[in-house]
Amino acid sequence: MDFDFTDEQNMVRDGISRLIREQYDWDTRRGVIASESGWRPELWAQLAELGMLAAPFSEEDGGFGGATEAMIIMEEFGKGLAVEPFIPSVVCAGGFLKHGGSTAQREEYIGGIISGEMIFAFAYAEPRGRYDLANLETTAKADGSNYVLNGHKAVVIGAPWATHFVVTARTSGGQTDKDGVSVFIVAKDAQGVSTRDYATVDGRRASEVYFENVKLSGDALIGEAGNGLPLIEKVVDEATAATCAEAVGAMKVTNETTLDYSRQRKQFGVPIGSFQVLQHRMADMLMEYEQSVSMCYLATIKLDEDAATRKKNVSAAKVRIGQAGRFIGQSAIQTHGGMGMTDELAVGSYFKRLSIIEGEFGSVDHHMRRHIALTAA
Amino acid sequence: MNLEFTEEEKAFRAEVREFIENNYPQNIGTRGVQDEMSREDMLAWHKILGKKGWSVPAWPKEYGGTDWTPTQRYIWSEENARKNTVMPLPFGVAMVGPVIYTFGNEEQKAQHLPGIRSGDVWWCQGYSEPGAGSDLASLKTSAVRDGDDYILNGQKTWTTLAQHADWGFFLCRTDPDAPKPQMGISFILVDMNTPGIEVRPIKLIDGGYEVNEVWLTDVRVPATNLIGEENKGWTYAKFLLAHERSGIAGVARSKRGVEQLKEIAASEMLDGKPLIEDMGFATKISQLEIDLSALEITELRTLAGEQAGKGPGPESSLLKVKGTEIQQRLTELTLEAVGYYGAPDFRSFPDDGSNDFPIGPDYAHHAAPTYFNMRKTSIYGGSNEIQRNIITKMILGL
Repeated sequence: MDFDFTDEQNMVRDGISRLIREQYDWDTRRGVIASESGWRPELWAQLAELGMLAAPFSEEDGGFGGATEAMIIMEEFGKGLAVEPFIPSVVCAGGFLKHGGSTAQREEYIGGIISGEMIFAFAYAEPRGRYDLANLETTAKADGSNYVLNGHKAVVIGAPWATHFVVTARTSGGQTDKDGVSVFIVAKDAQGVSTRDYATVDGRRASEVYFENVKLSGDALIGEAGNGLPLIEKVVDEATAATCAEAVGAMKVTNETTLDYSRQRKQFGVPIGSFQVLQHRMADMLMEYEQSVSMCYLATIKLDEDAATRKKNVSAAKVRIGQAGRFIGQSAIQTHGGMGMTDELAVGSYFKRLSIIEGEFGSVDHHMRRHIALTAA
Repeated sequence: MNLEFTEEEKAFRAEVREFIENNYPQNIGTRGVQDEMSREDMLAWHKILGKKGWSVPAWPKEYGGTDWTPTQRYIWSEENARKNTVMPLPFGVAMVGPVIYTFGNEEQKAQHLPGIRSGDVWWCQGYSEPGAGSDLASLKTSAVRDGDDYILNGQKTWTTLAQHADWGFFLCRTDPDAPKPQMGISFILVDMNTPGIEVRPIKLIDGGYEVNEVWLTDVRVPATNLIGEENKGWTYAKFLLAHERSGIAGVARSKRGVEQLKEIAASEMLDGKPLIEDMGFATKISQLEIDLSALEITELRTLAGEQAGKGPGPESSLLKVKGTEIQQRLTELTLEAVGYYGAPDFRSFPDDGSNDFPIGPDYAHHAAPTYFNMRKTSIYGGSNEIQRNIITKMILGL
């Protein structure tokens, strides 16, 4: 039992941390999210050059690591609130290819993801599906060895920057059946794909994505037709763990920022950090953070175990971190007082990101329910 | 980063499990509602472990410790929790023992450490006073030097299980004029059979007599019973409190408690279905389990740090706060789960030797008293508010 990182993992952390510290300061980020494109393609190229986009892949796929590397990178992303699509492209699409892709698919796409030339978004959520991964109105009808895709995917993060989508669709069965779910790769420029792009409240870009009679060849299918749900659950659990890591990074900076502010801000002639009522709140924030770090480690460590163990621990982590993120975010704004309400301070952006993370890949309630289903015996 | 135990650690687990299985006495009760257990029963396991050399695993080898790694000690506590054993009380092995071997002289070590290891000597803790709780340094019990003795006068309180104690360790004021209250305190060992000591039981809200007042009237104690230097007692007291807090998270016991709670919730019915299937109650159990997972990993991270040579630092305050919150919530949910049968007071049940008409399920009898009793956990060992002060000062640096 140990919680140490290998030398190589420490190098990953150092590399990404330096990049974000030096090139992703608060003012730069503000400029980036306000810009036309809303992200930094040149930073993505730099990440590729440093090998960071290869970090979670195995050696045979051209990488050098796994879930722990993804955790480290996303924790550092969280500290700087980097908006680039590491989770959609590398963790999600990369995950589908790693765990379900044919040799030909891996050769065709993983290299592109690692080099940064291909950027994927993960189109799984639907307007009426909430967090149920199998509740799909999007259909892919078999047509000989081909498929015809129709449907509407909701809030597809990073879609405006993507070259490709991974899309979940129903190939058979009723709308909420566990069976009959399949996973496809769809080029964004394929005929019949359209998007409505927008910004999100936490500084990212997303799209509503529409598929209208999009013709897909049989090669576009990842894994087995109709049996995609276990694969989707596994990849979404990996993405959830990576999102937990991002939250942990964001919470760390939120706490530090709040502590700093409490030292500087004076009221009644003394720093507000000298008031016990605020001290105890910050002690609670610290405890929530430490518990979150623990759950993030636990979820990451358990990702490769059997499905029930993996789900139980990922859900436990998402519950705990969702709750901690809400407490820390709200407490940070409260401690900053009126200044916390302005758009001038970084703390507001951390609060907003933490608030949105709460609902990503399943809310506290959703994961609580899944935890209950797996543990109440 | 991994949570796997090594082959050696797995072998160790098998060894201690077998030892507990073969040696734990069958005929003693379980602690919880404590005044029901006799002194002999409470010491039974301690004495067996003393003979085996496992009663003080955390001590240095030269004083009779085991050389176990922090992970092995964790496994040890897990295996004991599995069997719900009555572990050695902390007052000797976890509190005064480390103070004696760290700050005591050779005579004191020779006199006291063997009895702590073997379980032959029962220790109690003379810290709190009616006017000195969280503000412990304001204590007033005085020790005045008189030739080769100290004369002690004052009153201690909340002295746990002092009714059984052979010896006590007392914080006394030896310099009332010191510039700061912390600077005039000494750490003195007292034979509880010394004339002038009166132990008066305090009845607690759970109906039991777990703690006492200890009155000291002209108690004459040899000056050789002073630990370390006169007026330096506060240093030793703080050292002891930090030791007391490590292991205070009680993760292994709480895990077992969650299993028991689930069994109760599976037997209790709501709308014709087991209570555990009710989404409202199931959510509370899952929340508890999740929080306990977080605490467990946090404790393991602390243990891994210890293994790498970092002593128990201020993060033990976090373990204390979160561990006690969970222990309390567990008893709270148990009382909630048993419904109406939380109300009957088992101490008033007719003692007619008949089990024909039982008063509710057995698991309900102690639910309320245990819930009442466990409110102590966020108060003792430095209240949870004091722990937050420690975190503020030592970790946040405010």
